Amino acid sequence: MNRGAAITVASCGKTFADGTRALSPLDLDVRAGETLVLLGPSGCGKTTLLRLIAGLEAPDAGGHIRFDGADVTALPIEKRNVGMVFQSYALFPNMSVIDNVAYGLRVRGMAQAARRAQAAGVLEMMRIGALAQRRIDQLSGGQRQRVALARALAVEPRVILLDEPLTALDAALREHLRGEIDALLKRLAITAIYVTHDQAEALALGDRIVVMRNGAIAQVGTPRDVYFRPADDFVADFVGVTNRLTGTLKNGRFETAAGVVPLPQDLVPPAAPSGPGAVRLLFRPEAARLASPADTPLVFEVVQVEFQGARQKVTLKDPAGARILVEAPADGLLVPGAAVGLILDPARISLA
Amino acid sequence: MKPHRLTFAFQLTVTLLACAFLMVPAGASILAGFTVNYFRGVSSGLTLKWIGEVLALYSDTIALSIAIALGTLGVTLLIGVPAAWALARRPSRLTRLVEEVVTLPVAIPGLALALALILAYGGIREFRMSPLFILTGHVLYTLPFMLRAVMAVLAAVDVRTLEEGAASLGASPLQRFFHVVVPNARGGILAGALMVVTLSIGEFNLTWMLHTPLTKTLPVGLADSYASMRLEIASAYTLVFFVMIVPLLVALQLFGRTVQGAAR
Repeated sequence: MNRGAAITVASCGKTFADGTRALSPLDLDVRAGETLVLLGPSGCGKTTLLRLIAGLEAPDAGGHIRFDGADVTALPIEKRNVGMVFQSYALFPNMSVIDNVAYGLRVRGMAQAARRAQAAGVLEMMRIGALAQRRIDQLSGGQRQRVALARALAVEPRVILLDEPLTALDAALREHLRGEIDALLKRLAITAIYVTHDQAEALALGDRIVVMRNGAIAQVGTPRDVYFRPADDFVADFVGVTNRLTGTLKNGRFETAAGVVPLPQDLVPPAAPSGPGAVRLLFRPEAARLASPADTPLVFEVVQVEFQGARQKVTLKDPAGARILVEAPADGLLVPGAAVGLILDPARISLA
Repeated sequence: MKPHRLTFAFQLTVTLLACAFLMVPAGASILAGFTVNYFRGVSSGLTLKWIGEVLALYSDTIALSIAIALGTLGVTLLIGVPAAWALARRPSRLTRLVEEVVTLPVAIPGLALALALILAYGGIREFRMSPLFILTGHVLYTLPFMLRAVMAVLAAVDVRTLEEGAASLGASPLQRFFHVVVPNARGGILAGALMVVTLSIGEFNLTWMLHTPLTKTLPVGLADSYASMRLEIASAYTLVFFVMIVPLLVALQLFGRTVQGAAR
C-alpha cells in the first residue's frame, strides 16, 4: 500500500449560499499516516470541514487545501484520490457488492477480470468475501458498513475520510466495528480523517483529536491531552464528566475549601482567570484516588456511594458544599457522612 | 366491526349500479362497432366489416399517433431525465421556479397552449405543416409528467449522496449519470415513459388546434368520424383506440404499484 498523504488546511472557512457561516477560517495540519478525529456536537462544522478536505465543498475565497504540499483546492473530489465512507454508506443499489467495491477501479479503466480480482481481495481483507454476489438490500447494517469501507479502500486512496461511519449501527456492533476499523487504519498506515460526535469513538480511534465548536477548533491534541488537559470548559464537558474545584494559586499550590493540592511544575495557570484571584482546578472522576484523611491535605465528606461491582462511584462534597464525583475501586466500604481524603494524579489535572 | 348484511347488500347494489352506469355506454359503443346495423340492433347480425373500414380509412392517423407518441417519448427522455437530475442534485429557489414553470402547461388549457404555439411559430410554414408541430405541443404537455416521475425516484434513492459516493471513487459527472443516476432512476423513468405515451396517444385538446388535414392523429380522426361517418364506423374506431390505450393504462397501474412498493 502507498503511504498516506499529509494534508494542510490553510485559512479555510465556509459560508453557505444562504449566508450561514458553517466554518470560521481555520488552519489544520494532518500528518501523513495519522488518524485524526474531528469531534464535536452536531452543527459544529466537523462534517463541513471533512467535505472541504474531500472536495465536496469549496472553501470561501482565501482558503487553501494541500495534499503533500500540492494545492488541491480547485480539484473536485473525483480528482483527489480520496476514499470516503458516508454516514448512509451511499452504496449503489443497482450493483452487487463486488461491483460496488470494484466501481472505483472500473472508472479508472481497469479491465473487468482484473478489477473483480482486486475487489475480491479487499472483500477478503474485510472478511466479507462470501457476500460478493449479494445485492445491497440483502445486507445487514454492519455488512453494509464493511462494504462501504472496502469500496473506499479498493482504489488505494492516499486519504480516507469517514463521516460518522458507525452512527447508524447499534451499540454492540458499533464497538466491535470500531475495533476493526482501528486495527485496519493502523495496519494500512493511511491518512484517515474520522468525523464523529461520540467521544468514546474519538478517544479509541484518534492519534489526535480536533474538538470543534460553533465552526471553530476548540482544541487539538492527543486523546490523553484532550481528556485530561481539556483546553476549556466546553472541551472538558463534551469529552466526559469533569470535576471542578474553585480556589486560589499560592506558592505553586492550589488552595480550596477542602484543602490544598500541590501542582506540578509544568502546569500552566490560565492566562485569564475565571474570576478575580480565583482559579478552577479540573479533573476527571478517575484521576483521583481515595485515601485516609491523615495521608493528604485534601479532605471531603462522603455524600453518596453507588456500588457498580468492580468499581464504585462516590459523590463527595467540600465544606463549601461543592460536589465532585470520584471513581474508585470497590474494596473500601464508604459510609455517607464519613470524611475521606483525596489524592489527585498531578499528570491528569488542569487549571481554568 | 362486521357490517350488517342489509348494509352490505345495499353497498354492493350501489357499487354495481355505479359501475353499470359507467360501463354500459362503453359496452354499447363496443357492440355498435361489431353490429351490422346499430339502429336495427344486434338482431341485424355481427360483423368485422366496420373495423376493416376503419383500418382502411384511418390507419394513417393510427400510425401518426404512434409515431408522435414515440417521438414525444424520445424527446421527453432526452430532456426530462437530465433536467430532473439537474433539479434534484442542487435544490434551490431557482430549481423550484424552473419546476413550477415546466409544470405550467399541465394547468393551462390545451387550447390556449396550442394557440400560443400557433401565434409564436405558426408563421414558419414548413414547421406548421409538419407533424413536428404536434410533437412540440405534446412534449410541452407531457414533459412535466416525466420530470416529476423521475424527480420523485431520485429523491427517494437520495441520488445526491449516491453521486457523491461515485465521485469519491473517481467517477466523472458523465460516468455518474450513466452508471448511478439512470440505473437507480429506472423505476421513475419507466413510469414516466408509460405516462407520456398514454397521454400523447390520447391527447385531443391541443392536437385538435395544431393539426392540419394531413397531420391528423387518432383522437382527431375520432372526432372527425363522429361528425361525418356512420355510427358503426365511429364505434369501431373507438374500439381500435381502446385496444391501443387499455394495455398502456393497465401497465401504468401495475407498474405504479411496484414502483411505490419499491420506494417503501
